[in-house]
Amino acid sequence: MGASWGGLDAYSRILGKLPANLPVPVLLVQHQHPSGGDKLPWILDTRTALRVVAPMDKTPLEPGCVYVAPPGYHMLVDVDHTVCYSLAAPVNYSRPSIDELFFSAGHVYGRNVLGIILTGANDDGAAGITYIKQRGGITMAQSPVTAEARVMPEAAIATGCVDEIHDLDDMGDMISALVFGLQA
Amino acid sequence: MKTPESASSTVSDEQVNLEDIEIRLLLEAIYQLYGYDFRSYSKASLRRRVLHRLGMSGLPSIMAMTDRVLRDQQFFVTLLNDLTVNVTEMFRDPEFYRAFRDEVIPVLKTFPFIKIWHAGCATGEEIYSMAIMLEEEGLYDRAMLYATDIDKNVLAAAKKGIYSYAAVKQYSENYRRAGGKSSLADYYTAKYDGVIMDQRLKRNIVFADHDLATDQVFGEMNVIVCRNVLIYFDRELQQRVFRLFRDSLDMGGYLCLGTKESLRFSACEEHFEPVVADMRIFRKRQLMKRDAR
Repeated sequence: MGASWGGLDAYSRILGKLPANLPVPVLLVQHQHPSGGDKLPWILDTRTALRVVAPMDKTPLEPGCVYVAPPGYHMLVDVDHTVCYSLAAPVNYSRPSIDELFFSAGHVYGRNVLGIILTGANDDGAAGITYIKQRGGITMAQSPVTAEARVMPEAAIATGCVDEIHDLDDMGDMISALVFGLQA
Repeated sequence: MKTPESASSTVSDEQVNLEDIEIRLLLEAIYQLYGYDFRSYSKASLRRRVLHRLGMSGLPSIMAMTDRVLRDQQFFVTLLNDLTVNVTEMFRDPEFYRAFRDEVIPVLKTFPFIKIWHAGCATGEEIYSMAIMLEEEGLYDRAMLYATDIDKNVLAAAKKGIYSYAAVKQYSENYRRAGGKSSLADYYTAKYDGVIMDQRLKRNIVFADHDLATDQVFGEMNVIVCRNVLIYFDRELQQRVFRLFRDSLDMGGYLCLGTKESLRFSACEEHFEPVVADMRIFRKRQLMKRDAR
């Protein structure tokens, strides 16, 4: 999942609806100022049944956990299903960048990825969601009218690669349905 | 599942697999011709950087890039700079330097002579930061600092110690937050459109090329600083490097990692104990027989 402006509220409302037994790991990028604190995981942890972690490099991904990218680092998924960090140049003026996470997840998980773009004020994530779609994954965007900043979901939708568009308050249930549906 | 028309192009598992093979061939070519060994680097981030350079180069494929690398040394230098990610700052993570000053320096003051190794020093910002801190603590003249990097081009830049004004502005703020005792401006001279570090800061620094992936122990260090280098390695190479660090450190010697780097996923964790856990400062400990596994 990726978000920028307005992301804290959007993430809180979505994660709040996901059950503790969600059978997949959740990786999340929120654009933040690099000198910003590392508090986001602790805040989100109080708002969801899932376990929210601030992963270290090489942390193995586990179902039912939410992995939050730290400010200043790109967060990627590596081929051995671990978290991998990089200080390579910002992408779309952002580090962490949603595109970087989505490219790596699309590479490793192929059709087994659900890529989600939420509220935000730039177009980071649009290229990444295109790649997830090309790899056979499922893509979702927050409906721009329910987004605090609509640029990011609009840019994702404009690629023509978004399968589903939902209002913020429906997204948690839709994600659960999709994830549990794929399992069955 | 519905498929929008515009997402008609697909990237199949076979295509991804071919790309992965092409990347491995590129790395093999680099290793055989230039001796730089990226074959055990983290696949995910290496892949992103190779594809980034491919996009910038306008070349049609990774194979074409490999061909270019084999015949065009200047192109290789550009790619090498991408692959090694030389992102650094002076007093990067000021809280780390503050912790080092508070917890490690007092112990170093009890030693007659100190050896410090900055592994993966890139363009040198962190080695100058350490040099400044040692000067301020009256330890510099008892210290020998080893600054190593895989990339000879960035080592040359580190040796020069010339940085841009824009960067130095940020560094001054870091320095202040790191508990610096005067002003960073006392340690550099304005020159052209940048600054040059006080050449005296280099009197006990040895710059050398060293590849953590292939080279050997660098002996009897009191401190090893290796921050945001290991994130680019895969777990096996990390394991090798942790062993190398363990064997290069004196008993009780300090290992300083980047704030997102962990010993937890290596078999070397038991050889170190945390000194300032959240700043990733560890100490090599004596393993008792009962601890040995």
